[in-house]
Amino acid sequence: MRLALVVCALLLLCCSCGRSRTEPSAGPRHVVYWEKWTDFEGEAMARVVDGFNAAERARATAEPGYRPIEVEMVVVSSIEQKLLIACAGGNPPDVAGIYSTMTAAYADKGALTDLTELARTSGLVRANYVGRYYDLGVHRGKLWGLPTAPASVALHWNKRLFREAGLDPEQPPETLEQLDAMAEKLTKWEVTLSNGEKQIRFGYQRDVPVAQKRLLQVGFLPSEPIWWAHGWGFVFGGKLLEGDRITIASPENVRAYRWMASYSQALGVDAVRRFRSAFGSFASAQNPFLSGQLAMEIQGVWMFNFIKKFADGMQWGAAPFPAPADHPELRGAASAEADLLAIPTGAAHPSEAWAFIRYVQQQAVMEQLCLGQRKASPLAVVSEQFYAQHPNPNISLFAELGASPNAWAAPKTGVWNEYNRELVTAVHKIANLTLTPEQALGEVQRRIQVSYDRDRAIYQKRLP
Amino acid sequence: MLTGLSFSSPWLVGLSAFLLYPLAAAFYYSLCDYSVLLPPVFVGFDNYIELLHDKLFWKSLYNTSFFALGAVGLSIVTALTLALLLNSKVKGVSAYRTAFFLPSLMPLVAGSMLWQTMYSGQGGIINTVLAKVGVTGPAWLADPAWAKIAIIFMAVWGAGNSMVIFLAGLQDVPTALYEASIIDGAGFWQRLLHVTLPMISPVIYFNLVMGIIAGFQAFAQALIMTSATGAPEQATLFYVLQLYNVGFMDLRMGYASAMAWVLFLIILALTFTATRLSKRWVHYDR
Repeated sequence: MRLALVVCALLLLCCSCGRSRTEPSAGPRHVVYWEKWTDFEGEAMARVVDGFNAAERARATAEPGYRPIEVEMVVVSSIEQKLLIACAGGNPPDVAGIYSTMTAAYADKGALTDLTELARTSGLVRANYVGRYYDLGVHRGKLWGLPTAPASVALHWNKRLFREAGLDPEQPPETLEQLDAMAEKLTKWEVTLSNGEKQIRFGYQRDVPVAQKRLLQVGFLPSEPIWWAHGWGFVFGGKLLEGDRITIASPENVRAYRWMASYSQALGVDAVRRFRSAFGSFASAQNPFLSGQLAMEIQGVWMFNFIKKFADGMQWGAAPFPAPADHPELRGAASAEADLLAIPTGAAHPSEAWAFIRYVQQQAVMEQLCLGQRKASPLAVVSEQFYAQHPNPNISLFAELGASPNAWAAPKTGVWNEYNRELVTAVHKIANLTLTPEQALGEVQRRIQVSYDRDRAIYQKRLP
Repeated sequence: MLTGLSFSSPWLVGLSAFLLYPLAAAFYYSLCDYSVLLPPVFVGFDNYIELLHDKLFWKSLYNTSFFALGAVGLSIVTALTLALLLNSKVKGVSAYRTAFFLPSLMPLVAGSMLWQTMYSGQGGIINTVLAKVGVTGPAWLADPAWAKIAIIFMAVWGAGNSMVIFLAGLQDVPTALYEASIIDGAGFWQRLLHVTLPMISPVIYFNLVMGIIAGFQAFAQALIMTSATGAPEQATLFYVLQLYNVGFMDLRMGYASAMAWVLFLIILALTFTATRLSKRWVHYDR
């Protein structure tokens, strides 16, 4: 009897754990949207969601019998992992705001809904967008997500430090050779003389023994920020993937990372290690660029927000990243990624989810969102008002860089995360002069080609 | 029989649902190509064979063994020394005990961030103090030769838990044994070697086993202090960190499950070995 009671209780518990999928036949249609941003970016999206819900309610008032859609925005951190678990558990959100770098891995594994036909019938075609941003949602010829706020990168420089080093603060470098020369002039040491006296000196101070000098400020450091580890090859015309070939060890890439190693040789490995280890976290006043320890850096459109927050009043500028003097056509190489709105496979309300995605793609709504998130717009047509109202004084530059032929995005492959990790390790080995660029990149190419081939074979085997 | 089963059913259900099933499922998935998002495809022992040829598997295993050996050894010695000191009858001993125990209450994430700042190569408190005595400290977490050692030191800082267990063990040693040994003319070291250590050997054994288990599962400190890539140059790429990367970043859950099972077997083997060896040096009889 008692056992029967226990079994009954357990059965009841199990039954109550299942998610009820029965829909109420009246009232609004509920759509769950997972947003990855918090702070002002999350608030900007929340305003868009409010606008959509208000429009739906107004339509329901005007059209008796129409059941409005109500979007509930849920802020979710680490969306890459949580979306995975939600999809695997059969309980994904209706709409997910994903990173464009997630498209290939999720699409290949059948976790995203194919939006090609929906977009076509809704008139949302590539021509409506900056082509590069639209393409971020396309993989193996199908559309898996539509872009929202895009992000591109540019060279940022600190005008005060330029002035202090005797450089023209309004004149950023145009070639890599100019950047290298300026970086040397912007590098500042505290040198301890043999009599104990301390002196401040500019330049690389190659003749001063390591024990007698301490870095106070660096003009430029290719290993900073480290997330850019995969980006240097593009500055020299290199690629990460061509067709089905991993090309990280190509001559262009080797040249790029050799250039990177030249900074370790000039500054000294140990001096750079010590200097870098004193950097604070990115979102803090101790960020090396914000604290004036680093005079030039490649950073994204978001850097403006951190300057405002942690170093308000800083005099800074942004310019296309320089190219080698022998390849002027490569100037302004910039990564151009974007947030995407996608519908996970198994979403309970795909058509309602699509209605929300379509709403966000309207010019007025998209501009409201991108203005709120302080980014450029991914759409081909942008109002003058958008640029006039935008708080970032360099927003037109970021828009141009994202649309330029030198813009690029992370390769669309399911092994991108592994590729990126391997590259970060290779960059550490190159910057520490542990391995030559040829050795380090050759190792990455060998390992990732194996992973890439395995991933492709699995995908092809499972194609319907 | 039925009554007994019903009373123990919460435990039985818990054990089956949260331990046995996940263990069995992980073993099954370790024999599959499984991305979580697609149904698993049986591939036999392919994942295990691939592990043998995976450079990062061996690298992470080496890093973890180095860390576990260093952290367990140093933590036990430190915790035991502290416990011996704090077992003496000196004024304010409770305050000292609290002070040494406190770090172990610090959440790992907060502790890791604190140590990250202290380990700063230039301007960090550790190197500043070292410089005062004329020693040029390394760029701890940025130097592949020092990064693991730095994380070991941090682990020793949190040895308060083991210290309390040792302290309880020490207070359990009958004073009659010390009195007898003093009458027989034993000095401090003789009492320590022939009375204290044999009497608290079960406690040492307990701390050793728990330390091995925790040491091989090191994860958060590396993720926070040196990033998921196990920087610098994979010197802090611990086994569980690599397992997390493979499973949750690369979506290769089958391969990650194989790694998890190998780790389970390693810990099982080490615990078994420690238990076998303990018969020679652990004394339970009073």
